[in-house]
Amino acid sequence: MLKRLIPHPLLSLTLVFVWLGLVNKFTLGNLLLGILFAVIIPMLTAPYWPDRPKISRPFKGLEYVLVVIWDIIVANVEVAMIILFKRERNIRSQWIVVPLELTSAEAITVLAGTITMTPGTVSTMLAADGGSILVHCLHTDDGDAVRDEIKNRYERRLKEIFE
Amino acid sequence: MNVIVELMIAISLIVSGIFGLVGSYGLVKLKDSLQRLHAPTKATTLGVGGVLVASMLYFYAKTGHLSVHELLISVFLLLTAPITANFIAKTYMARNLKRSDLPDSQSSCGWSIYDEPPESRPVSVETD
Repeated sequence: MLKRLIPHPLLSLTLVFVWLGLVNKFTLGNLLLGILFAVIIPMLTAPYWPDRPKISRPFKGLEYVLVVIWDIIVANVEVAMIILFKRERNIRSQWIVVPLELTSAEAITVLAGTITMTPGTVSTMLAADGGSILVHCLHTDDGDAVRDEIKNRYERRLKEIFE
Repeated sequence: MNVIVELMIAISLIVSGIFGLVGSYGLVKLKDSLQRLHAPTKATTLGVGGVLVASMLYFYAKTGHLSVHELLISVFLLLTAPITANFIAKTYMARNLKRSDLPDSQSSCGWSIYDEPPESRPVSVETD
């Protein structure tokens, strides 16, 4: 019954905080309205999201977010340098295939998003069975090093968080 | 308002302006659509981020309340930017690339725009 009423407790909690953030003022009325949304929206969207993601170590998630924010800042500077100072014909883009060990759909989604936001890489496609991910790299001489960095830096952490 | 706060606001505005400009310049300079995708997804996240930091600092210094709107904007931005990039990339690939242009998937199935997923796996594995 409780599972029917609140299919995704984390989603509900997030919705309350997002609502309070949107109105930008903490009052009892806003809190109640937020809770109302937090109950109704997950119930309406439950058919599209049948499984509950397993998050075994939420605090590792905080570390992951900090690592990613730092990498985004570094990525911005690196990409800006490539755009400004590299000759157009010296930019060597390549495809990189990253085999995945992650199996949960949520974890793969987070990984794909992270790859897109960080140093010179955009995740473009998954293999049809979700077994590997195709990454486009703006400029690199050593595709294997980029692949290993993605695996060690992000996938390993996500594996700890989600599995 | 404090001089140091004003200085910090000014610096974050300048940083964001520079990155916004570089991101737009990248759109002009890079030749191939997939390369062009790199410029807006990255150089502009810091561009928008800088404006948001400046806005937060300004309103905190002026009213004393911490404004959460900017944090939400950056969270929404981080959630939606990769999805847009992924859609653009996939559309480009579906229109312009052939199966032989891409490296092998190193998995039991081919890439998802050319191959069907195996029957036994649930559809929820698809993330895009």
